[in-house]
Amino acid sequence: MSVRMIADKTVKIVLFTSAIISIIVVLAIGFFIFRESIEAWTKLGVGEILFGAVWRPGQDQYGILAMIIGSVSVTFGAILLGVPLALGCAIFLAEIAPAGVQAVVRPAVQLLAGIPSVVYGLFGMVILVPLVRNLNVPGNSGYGLLAASIVLAVMILPTIASIAEDAIRAVPENYRHGSLALGATKWQTITKVVLPAGKSGILAGVILGVGRALGETMAMIMVIGNSVIMPKPLSGNPLTYYLSQARTLTGNIAVEINYATGVHESALFATGVVLFGLIMIVNASARWIIRGQKFVEKANEEQVC
Amino acid sequence: MKSNKKSILLVVSFLLIASLVAACSGTSTPGAPVSDPAADNSTITVSGSTTVQPLAEKLAEAFMTENTGVRIDVQGGGSSVGVKAAGEGTSDIGMASREIKESELAEFPNLEIFVIARDGIAIVAHPDVSISNLTVEQVRDIFSGKVTNWKELGGEDQNIFVVSREEGSGTRGAFEEMVMGEDALITSSAILQPSNGSVRTTVSTTPYSVGYLSFGYLDDTVKSISIDGVAPTEPNAADGSYPIVRPLNMLTNGEPTGNVKAFLDFILSEAGQKLVVEDGYISVK
Repeated sequence: MSVRMIADKTVKIVLFTSAIISIIVVLAIGFFIFRESIEAWTKLGVGEILFGAVWRPGQDQYGILAMIIGSVSVTFGAILLGVPLALGCAIFLAEIAPAGVQAVVRPAVQLLAGIPSVVYGLFGMVILVPLVRNLNVPGNSGYGLLAASIVLAVMILPTIASIAEDAIRAVPENYRHGSLALGATKWQTITKVVLPAGKSGILAGVILGVGRALGETMAMIMVIGNSVIMPKPLSGNPLTYYLSQARTLTGNIAVEINYATGVHESALFATGVVLFGLIMIVNASARWIIRGQKFVEKANEEQVC
Repeated sequence: MKSNKKSILLVVSFLLIASLVAACSGTSTPGAPVSDPAADNSTITVSGSTTVQPLAEKLAEAFMTENTGVRIDVQGGGSSVGVKAAGEGTSDIGMASREIKESELAEFPNLEIFVIARDGIAIVAHPDVSISNLTVEQVRDIFSGKVTNWKELGGEDQNIFVVSREEGSGTRGAFEEMVMGEDALITSSAILQPSNGSVRTTVSTTPYSVGYLSFGYLDDTVKSISIDGVAPTEPNAADGSYPIVRPLNMLTNGEPTGNVKAFLDFILSEAGQKLVVEDGYISVK
C-alpha cells in the first residue's frame, strides 16, 4: 500500500469516527437522562408526573403538567408573533430586496441568532417586562407568557427567516415567469404561486423554530416569572391568559437542578426526558416535511421534462 | 476486506460507548470530584451553598497566603449538595446556609457542624410601597398568599407581587423555616428567581412587589422592611433583636484533622471572623 493510500484510509477512518461519536453522544445523553429519571417514573408513576398539576418538591409532589402547558403556551405565542415577522423578512429578502439592501438586512437578521440568550433575557427583564406591566390588568406583574413570547419570537426569527428564504429561493424561476406571463401581479405571484410551492420548506423552518423555542432556557427564566402555576386568564378577557406567569420545562430544570437531590433530582431528569421527547418529535416532523418537499420537487422536475 | 474494516469500526464504536458508560456511571453526584480528597491532604475541597461560597473563597484565599503549601478548592452546588458532599466524603468540607435537617443527620450521623457566621434575611419591597414595618405573621400571610393587597395591611390599594427563591435554595429554606413555619407554604403564584441578585432586580423593578434577601445583597434599589419595629441591620441581628437570622455552616464527616482542622480553626479565629464581618455577615464570636 502506498503512503497516499494509507493517508486516504486514515482520513476516512477519522471522519467516520467523528460521525460515529456524534451519534454516540446523542444516544449517551438520551440514555443517561432516561437512566437518571427511572427513579422518578417508578416511584411516582408516569401519570402522576405527566398529569400532576402540583409541583412542590418540599411536599413530594412532582407534577409537571403546568410546565408542559407553560412551554406549549409560550411556544405557541412565539410562533404567533414570530412567524409572520420571519415570513415577511424571508419574502422581502428572497423576492423584493435589491442586492444592496439584502447585504444589510441578511447579516442583521443573522446577527440576531448570534446574540447570547442571556442578553435577550436581560433586555426582556429590563425593557419588555416594564412595558407589559403597563397593561392595566389587576395581577399583571409584567413577568409572564406575553413578555416571554415576545422575547422568544425575536429569538426564533433568524431560524425561520433563513430556512424560509432558502425555501422561497428554491422555487423554480419558471413558476414566477409563468405566473407573471399570465398577468398576475408580483404580490399575486408571491402569495398564489411562490409561497404554496415553497410551503413545505417554510413549514419545516417554522417547526425548527418550534424546536428552538421549546429548548430556550435562560431568557425564559428571566422573563416568565417561573411560578409553578397553571396559566389562567387574569380577568374575564381570555387574552389576559398571556399575562399570567408560568414556568417552562427547561426553566424547571435550570432553576432547580443546583439544589436537587434524590427523587427531586430524578424528577428533573424526568422533565428532561419529556423535553427530549417533545423536541425529537418536533425535529422528526421537520425532517419528514423537508423530505416531502424534495419528493415534490423531483416529481415536478420529471413532469417538466 | 471491506466488511473486515466495517467490523473493526463497529468494535471501535462499541468500545467508545462502553468507555462512555463506564466513565459516566462512576459519578452519581454532579460536581463531585472524581479523586479521593482524603488521599491528598494538601488540597482541601469545599462545596455546597452558593451563599457561603463567596465568603468561603475569601477565607480560603486568606488562609492560603499564610499556608502556602495548602490548596483550597471551593465549589458551589447548593446547601443540599454541601450536606451530601460532606456526608459522603466527596468533599472535605460541606457548606450549608440553613439548619441541617433531621433527615440529613439521620443519613449522615457523623456530621460535625461548625457555625462560621450568621446571616440575616431581610424582607424587601419596591420603593413605591409605603409600608415600612410588618410583623412576622403579616410577612407569613403575604408570602402564603393569604393577604394579596397592600390595602389589607394599611398600604395602597395595589396587588402584592410576591417574589421568592426557587425550591431548594438555602435562603428559601431558611426563610421557610423561620417565617413560614410548619404549615404555611409560599404561594405558588410567587414570581421565582434563581438567585439573590435577580430577586433584588425583580423587586426593584416591579412596583408593589415584595421579596426576601440575604443581608449581603441589600442596597438602595429596594426598601428594607422592619420586622416588629426592628430594622434589618447587622447590629440588630448580632444582638438578637432582629428575628430572621440563619446560621452559615461548614460541615465535616467526623472530627476534622490536619489542614481541614487548621482551616476551620482559622475561620473561627479573630482574623477569620474579621473577614466574616467585612463581607457583611455577623460574627459568631
